[in-house]
Amino acid sequence: MTPSAALAVRLGIVALLTVLVQISAVSQVSLLGVSADLSPLVVASVGLLCGSVPGAVMGFFVGLFADTALLQTLGVSSLVLLLVGYWAGRLRELRDPAHALTPLAVGAAATAAASIGFSLVQFLLGVDAPVSLLLLRDILVTILVNAALAMPVYALVRRALLPALPEDPRRRRRRAYVTGGLSPISRA
Amino acid sequence: MYKQSVRRRRAVLVLLVAASLFLLTVYFGESAGGPFHALQRGVLQVTAPIQEGASRALKPFRDLFGWFDDTLDARDERDRLRKERNELRKRVIGAQAAERENSQLRRLLNLDRSDTVEGYEPVTARVIGRSPTVWYATITVDKGSSAGVRVYQPVVSGDGLVGKVTAVTRGASQVTLITDSTSGVSARVLTPAVTDSANGITGLIKPAVGRPRDLLLEFVPRRANIRKGDVVVTAGSRSSRLESLFPANLPVGVVTKADDEELSQYQRVHIRPFADLRRLDFVQILTRGGARGSSLRAEGRNP
Repeated sequence: MTPSAALAVRLGIVALLTVLVQISAVSQVSLLGVSADLSPLVVASVGLLCGSVPGAVMGFFVGLFADTALLQTLGVSSLVLLLVGYWAGRLRELRDPAHALTPLAVGAAATAAASIGFSLVQFLLGVDAPVSLLLLRDILVTILVNAALAMPVYALVRRALLPALPEDPRRRRRRAYVTGGLSPISRA
Repeated sequence: MYKQSVRRRRAVLVLLVAASLFLLTVYFGESAGGPFHALQRGVLQVTAPIQEGASRALKPFRDLFGWFDDTLDARDERDRLRKERNELRKRVIGAQAAERENSQLRRLLNLDRSDTVEGYEPVTARVIGRSPTVWYATITVDKGSSAGVRVYQPVVSGDGLVGKVTAVTRGASQVTLITDSTSGVSARVLTPAVTDSANGITGLIKPAVGRPRDLLLEFVPRRANIRKGDVVVTAGSRSSRLESLFPANLPVGVVTKADDEELSQYQRVHIRPFADLRRLDFVQILTRGGARGSSLRAEGRNP
């Protein structure tokens, strides 16, 4: 199996598991009156680890799975999440943030973008019911809850994808620094 | 090489955005029997057993987090319940009408044994999935057409009305909750002043997006004397031609506030639903052997 095919398989499995765990467990747990939303966290993590194109593709398919499994309007989640994944990927490609707390900040920003984007699309499609200002509070609390989950989610996604990821120059540099050379063999 | 990479990246983005917009447009325009809706039902049928397995396996984790949330809410809940108890106690002692209402409520709470659901066959179903956004208040349950479930059948919990079935596959169904933005239920307020339950104050219950613990009863005349603590039940059928989907007298919630706007001829009544719609493990679908649900579906009738 080629490296890109292996990565695609792993991304597919992660996408399916994300939607399944979200629907079956996470959505049914209420924390401070809201439920955590794993989808933007996972999509942003993939964008940070793999780049803009895999991030966007992951966002599209996670959204598609979620809309299909929940019998929601197809295309809404896909549109929002693909933009989230693309943005996270571009952040990696342009800035290459190395701070340990980057996943937390990106997770919170991705959740904010997804929540606001989802609400905007709903408004564009038309809402029959009155919309309460408490929606803003819900969005804020969701961002906080998701920010708390961002680091462990990123670690899990990284662990799942790492064997299929191309060699990361930063990781190679770090290893060279620790071992005092390019590799243990070159040291010898 | 760089330019090629940029072109490729932009092409993928444009393609995916176009695909999303295409899906959105086609899905929005097609009927409930269209190919995308059918595809969704097919996927639900396939994933329902997996969802059920995952839901059972992950229940201890849900309960653990639920316990933390309960503990955080416990103090507020206790104070609120104390206040409510005192209010109810005053009213029970003070008025014979309230006593009658109390006994009526007790009967309503025992839904299985009451006349309210006479003619229905309640099917108990486990909740196996839930929508994560506030914009779609839906749950997925593990009973489908093989158990006699049909579209538009009412769904209740031990506390009161929960919603209605909106999509059915052989082994699973989707239930749209009364807090969904598309939901609407005709309801009646049981006030002590109006002892004849058939002539209670009626209105239409609509949700407020973002406030799952607050429903709005609309089109209630300004002159109607509605007080905090009054109980709201489904209005049920008024006409044999336009029969309601929900049977009469299913408990919905309790009045928490009435907004009396000066420029409007109606008042807007806030209701707290009896059923905790964020914590549903089991629900009951009021089936009718399939005949009524099928005919409604064929007619394309809405509640």
